Amino acid sequence: MTSRRSLLRLAAGSAVAFPGLTASNLLFAQDTTPIKVGVLHSLSGTMAISETALKNTALMTFEEINAKGGVLGRKLEPVVVDPASNWPLFAERARQLLTQDKVAVTFGCWTSVSRKSVLPVYEELNGLLFYPVQYEGEELSKNVFYTGAAPNQQAIPAVEYLMSEDGGGARRWVLLGTDYVYPRTTNKILRAFLKSKGVADKDIDESYTPFGHADYQTIVANIKKFAAGGKTAVVSTINGDSNVPFYKELGNQGLKATDTPVVAFSVGEEELRGIDTKPLVGHLAAWNYFMSVKNPVNTAFIDGYRKWAKANNVPNAATVVTNDPMEATYVGIQMWKQAVEKAGKTETDAVIAAMSGQTFAAPSGFTLKMDETNHHLHKPVMIGEIQADGQFEVVYQTKTSIRAQPWSPFIAGNENKQSL
Amino acid sequence: MRIAVAVAAAAVVVSREPGRGRALVVRGLVQSRVMAWLLAAVLAFALAAGSATPVRAAEANGPSTGEAGAGETAPAAPSLAAALTLLAGGEAQARLPAIEMLTAVGGDAAIRILEAMRDGRLVVTPAGQALAEGDGRWLDLVSGAAVAAGDGQPVAVNNRLRNAITAALAGLGLTSADPAMRLAAARGLQEKPDPARLEALRQARAVETDEALGHELAMALGLLELSDPDPVVRTRAAGLLATADRREVLSLLEAIATPRADGSHVEPDPGVRAAAAASLAEVDRRLTRNEYLGRAFAGLSLGSILMLAALGLAITYGLLGVINMAHGEMIMIGAYCAWLTQGLVRQYLPGWFDVYPILALPVAFAVCGLVGIVIERLVIRHLYGRPLETLLATWGVSLILIQLVRQLFGPQNVEIVNPSWMSGGIEWSSLVLPWNRVVIIGFAVLVLVGTALILARTRLGLFVRGVTQNRPMAGAIGVPTARVDMLAFGLGSAIAGLAGVALSQVGNVGPELGQAWIIDSFIVVVAGGVGQLAGAVVAGLGLGMLAKFIEPSMGAVITKIIILVVIIGFIQRRPQGLFALRERGA
Repeated sequence: MTSRRSLLRLAAGSAVAFPGLTASNLLFAQDTTPIKVGVLHSLSGTMAISETALKNTALMTFEEINAKGGVLGRKLEPVVVDPASNWPLFAERARQLLTQDKVAVTFGCWTSVSRKSVLPVYEELNGLLFYPVQYEGEELSKNVFYTGAAPNQQAIPAVEYLMSEDGGGARRWVLLGTDYVYPRTTNKILRAFLKSKGVADKDIDESYTPFGHADYQTIVANIKKFAAGGKTAVVSTINGDSNVPFYKELGNQGLKATDTPVVAFSVGEEELRGIDTKPLVGHLAAWNYFMSVKNPVNTAFIDGYRKWAKANNVPNAATVVTNDPMEATYVGIQMWKQAVEKAGKTETDAVIAAMSGQTFAAPSGFTLKMDETNHHLHKPVMIGEIQADGQFEVVYQTKTSIRAQPWSPFIAGNENKQSL
Repeated sequence: MRIAVAVAAAAVVVSREPGRGRALVVRGLVQSRVMAWLLAAVLAFALAAGSATPVRAAEANGPSTGEAGAGETAPAAPSLAAALTLLAGGEAQARLPAIEMLTAVGGDAAIRILEAMRDGRLVVTPAGQALAEGDGRWLDLVSGAAVAAGDGQPVAVNNRLRNAITAALAGLGLTSADPAMRLAAARGLQEKPDPARLEALRQARAVETDEALGHELAMALGLLELSDPDPVVRTRAAGLLATADRREVLSLLEAIATPRADGSHVEPDPGVRAAAAASLAEVDRRLTRNEYLGRAFAGLSLGSILMLAALGLAITYGLLGVINMAHGEMIMIGAYCAWLTQGLVRQYLPGWFDVYPILALPVAFAVCGLVGIVIERLVIRHLYGRPLETLLATWGVSLILIQLVRQLFGPQNVEIVNPSWMSGGIEWSSLVLPWNRVVIIGFAVLVLVGTALILARTRLGLFVRGVTQNRPMAGAIGVPTARVDMLAFGLGSAIAGLAGVALSQVGNVGPELGQAWIIDSFIVVVAGGVGQLAGAVVAGLGLGMLAKFIEPSMGAVITKIIILVVIIGFIQRRPQGLFALRERGA
């Protein structure tokens, strides 16, 4: 009896809610109701080490925007959910954000497997997702804006650097990753790229570990053995907290960066916080932003985040750091705000149209542009060496921003797939 | 030479500019390669020029060299002062010329500066002082005297500069009076053999009295003499390399000993080839042996960790028969005890930081023991004899504990720093055995012995064994069975806490830590045979070894699957586990 009544109430509620939603588009004159924005990041589990900081960055940016009067005169109201590093749960939480909370936009996901898991939800419900992390490409959805790097904005330049004399002139390659879609696809692209540069198959060693893997003894011993055959570089696509035992083992077994540099694509300032980086000095990471970049926008960004962390009692607030995906989250939110203001409404299709060609002066020191056709940012590439204090020193960077190629030219059949 | 260095510096400055930021364009790549060759040529020239002066540099030690250089005014004069002026300018392009200049000057002061620079410790003040911090105090590297901290700028280096410094140090250190510097030089020359150093190396080898150092120098010499024009020298060198334990030597010898695809040889002399082949077999044998020793060590390490994790469960499940799903959370709480102790020690006893893991042991033992006792009193005691309900209830307890820790300390992993004596590793031949793993193996043995002694020699142990074997009879002769259950459960939990402290030193510490170990712990206890410690020991070590011997060929993912398949097969064949269960008398 009660259940039937509550069902009725639910039906009535949604009947009211839906006209309300469409009416808000018409009543653009003076709508001061808050705009709901979703944050979909793992706050527990193996990915929490990386994703918690992105949630914090998103909340900080919302506060910053609200302090300046919000978007279209409306405040942003964050809805934070925790998908707990559980990929199917990402899809459930995404559906909840879109159907129950009715968020205008979602900022979220880190691993590609989580993005792949929510993608059908956003396409089905015509939602809007901003994805802030570098990834493997091979994907393009009308409902997603990718503010991280595509392979040609991170992986390929990093490998080119290691091949160059400055990077040590590596001839042999260990491709090491966590066992899921991002590392496997990236390594497929890298293998094709290395072959195009004349590297033989016997000079490439590809290996994978499960999520949360903690025993890197064998892997490091294998790298040492492989490296005896010539100048070797390791390309690490290890994700999440496995990086801590991996780098500890590297340091303890004395694998030196001058002999066998390790370049990581998913390790930034945040991941290094838990590690003693003195034995790791000289190992590299490739990103589109480093905290150590010196420019006024970055200084303001770092200060803003430090203040926010202190005010919100983030654990170890005194030592918080910023990193590339945090910058990408910040840029994504700011660009979304600009697009909403340009469109004059938060409706998905209008915002998507308004996003094309948006520019924003980012903390990386470059003015980033959202590509007109492929939903990716034009980004500069930076390669940094780990320092004893856990920061990165930029040893190489491109002069200008580079347009993303989500469909890598090194994978056959991608020639005609460059934009939506 | 002064002019050469000046030209080199200019060439470096000019040639670096156009190459910047074009790596994506093929043209840029070609250009940067040309630039790189130019740099390499300049560097080689400077090193060759520098090698002519080591004797003089060794005589003129430290400060005097600096003063000698100070009188000269030309900016590119190879003096310590000029090099430091270059570094003080802060220009990234000036660092390579500065290294070359320091190499040319030589002497202990130059070596100290180069070493500090390589380690990223070098600070150069605007006045041209070279300072470095070590053990909390600042040293002037030119005079070697302690000074107050200066307002200088740290000199940043990248891998390329580090390599240049290593090469420079390898040559300079050979004539140093300090054996540690000579050793570093010998090692450096093995890594990067430099023909320009051949004569210096021969001299150093001839006068070296230290045996171990002599061996290192001989290895470095052997690598260079392999390309000597005299076949006799080459044969001797090839023979000498039989005692090498570097894998690089293996491929070098292989190239000499084996014919090319068309049947011709790199090495014209058959005698040299034979000597190389003999050395090749010797080195290969040693390296293969080391590889297997390395795997055995990795297996022992993983096995000891598995055993530690399972030992507490071997008591709570093995002896008491409680299917304790919250066992992993006891490990997790133990690890958090290590983290809390670390924080407290850092704050209140900073001088004692290095011993915090030891201080954490009694803390973890007490905390986890108490938590275990509380759980036993509140939950488990009501469920004895009902395994399914116990399983569900302890699983619920584990969820509660995880959430509690999440609320108290946050969902993210916490930061655990290895104390200095647990960082790095023991180097032996071509093997490096990390200290944290060695310590944990020793610790596992201690915990095992302690647990076995408690069970075999104490009154509590006697009661536990008695209650396990025949509960009604033990009760009938006056053993307080309920109390024994409680204490035994507490003991099992406390041992899990000790395991947590050990695990905190090798892995991540977060609220979900226990989840990763509960399955492995049950596998170890079940495969080993419920009811005794020996089973857990053998099964833990066995599984560790098995995993580490499969992993190199199959990869980590497949290994995990194979291990599970093996376990399933084993349990089907032998459901009672490795060691047969002693039936309860009741």
